[in-house]
Formats: sequence, structure tokens, C-alpha cells
Amino acid sequence: MNCKGVIREVSNYIDGELDLTIRQELERHLEHCEDCALILDQTRKSIEILCDSEPIPLSADVQSRLRAALRDKLSKKPA
Amino acid sequence: MFLSGVSYLLSTADPHRLPSSIAREDEHLLVAAAKKGDTAAFEELVNRYESKIFRLTRNITGNREDAEDAMQDAFLKAYAHLDGFQGDSRFYTWLVRIAANEALMRLRKRRPGQLSLDEPIEGDADLMPRELEDWRPSPEREYAQAEMQGILAEVIEKLEPEYRIVLVLRDLEELSTQETADALGISVTAVKSRLLRARLKLREKLNRHFRQGGTN
Repeated sequence: MNCKGVIREVSNYIDGELDLTIRQELERHLEHCEDCALILDQTRKSIEILCDSEPIPLSADVQSRLRAALRDKLSKKPA
Repeated sequence: MFLSGVSYLLSTADPHRLPSSIAREDEHLLVAAAKKGDTAAFEELVNRYESKIFRLTRNITGNREDAEDAMQDAFLKAYAHLDGFQGDSRFYTWLVRIAANEALMRLRKRRPGQLSLDEPIEGDADLMPRELEDWRPSPEREYAQAEMQGILAEVIEKLEPEYRIVLVLRDLEELSTQETADALGISVTAVKSRLLRARLKLREKLNRHFRQGGTN
């Protein structure tokens, strides 16, 4: 497997979705290719950082509009 | 009444540390109660997920006003169709699908004819990363939380919508590849090819912030 092949599969590799043979080929390449190892490492890190991002708190105004709309809906829904 | 006395375990003041892959044990109880008309139970579901759903709609639409409307309509639709929720997935996953659709609808209105999620991506000439530099050790710890949030928001917003939508559903909301494909009405292959590009683009954009010798 060459560098292009590794990059093509890097996302599937991170997700653990590669067949054993392809995974082993990819890992053999990583053992001697610093660039591909760096890309894999930084891509993984990027996903981790993204996963750590915080939800966005709602402003009081948006929260109160949401609740008013829901209250209106709830009052109209038959029990 | 919607904001009446609540007898459920209420969300803490900081509910958003809950990873989306971890359902609170009482989620199904809340859903069951809400289905029977317990409005306080539905209120609790809103309390738990509103900021996460807002992040999702904000990330997809890239526009605050559309994101607010999409979030509100998602909760209204979820409540209206609660009887149709069969419980074969998590309530949150079901809610994410509704919210993603609401957000996509608004994005398409703003960019008519421009958003294509299922067209094949031609070639892979653009795949090879161009910027290869070591990052500073643990760069994420060098930033205050708000600063890092700002960087991420900027980076996500700069991704093309067809990439950022898949990235957000798959990596941030932790939907499976199949769930992402179902939510967007595209093939698993299309999800995977967009996700690969999205992740590589995310790395490249973060590289500009995290590389050694870069500013923090």
C-alpha cells in the first residue's frame, strides 16, 4: 500500500472498519512512513478535539420563545 | 401546563457534559411518560438536549437565526410525532434526525440548487494532505475553553456544507455511518467518502492553529 492508499483508508481505519488484510497492509506502511503516521495521528486528534466541543447555551430570549411555542403546542394536543 | 412542578430527576445546571453516546438511564422512562401526556417529562427532555440540538442546527445551517428556528421546530415536531417514536433507537438519535432535517431544509432554502449530498465525488487528486507539520504537544490545553470553541466554530463554518453536515452527525453527534446515511437519505458509501474528506479538511484547518511555531 502506498501513501495515497493509506490516506484513502485513513477514515475507515480510525473507525475500525477495515478488513484484516487491508488493515495489516496499512499498518505495515505506517511503520516506515512518518508522514502518513503524522496524518493519522493528527486526524485522530482533530476528531477528539471536535468531540470535546461544548454544546451552545441558548440565550434567555431563545429559551423563552421555545418554551412559549411548546406550551402553545401542548395546550392544543389532545390528551 | 408545560412548566409545572417537575417530579423527574431534573438536569443539572450543566447538562451538556453528557456524551451523546451515553443515554441517561431514565431517558426511556421520560419518553414513555411524555407519550402518556406528561408534559413535565417532555420538558425535561427539552432541558437535557436543547443546547446540543442548537449546536447541531447551528453547525448545519451556519446561521444563528435559522438554527434557532430549526431547533424550535425540531422539538415541536418531536412532540407532535412522539406517538410514532417506536423506541428502536435512542430518543436523542431520533431527535437528531428530525433536527438535521429541519436544519437542512433551511440551508437548502438559502442555497437553492447548491447543496448536493449524494453526488459522487470525482477523483481523489485533492485527498493528499498538503500541510504536514508537527503540532505542539497537547495544543488543545493551551487554549481557554471559549477560545477553543471559537476556533472550532470557525473551522466548521469554513467547511463546505456537504462535508460539515456529515462530520457533525457522524463525529459530533456520534451517529453510526448507517444512521447518518439514513438521516440524510444518502448511501453509506457517500457518507464514508464525505467523512474522509471532512476529517482531512478538519485536520488541515486545525493544523494552522496547532502547528509548532504557530500562534495560540
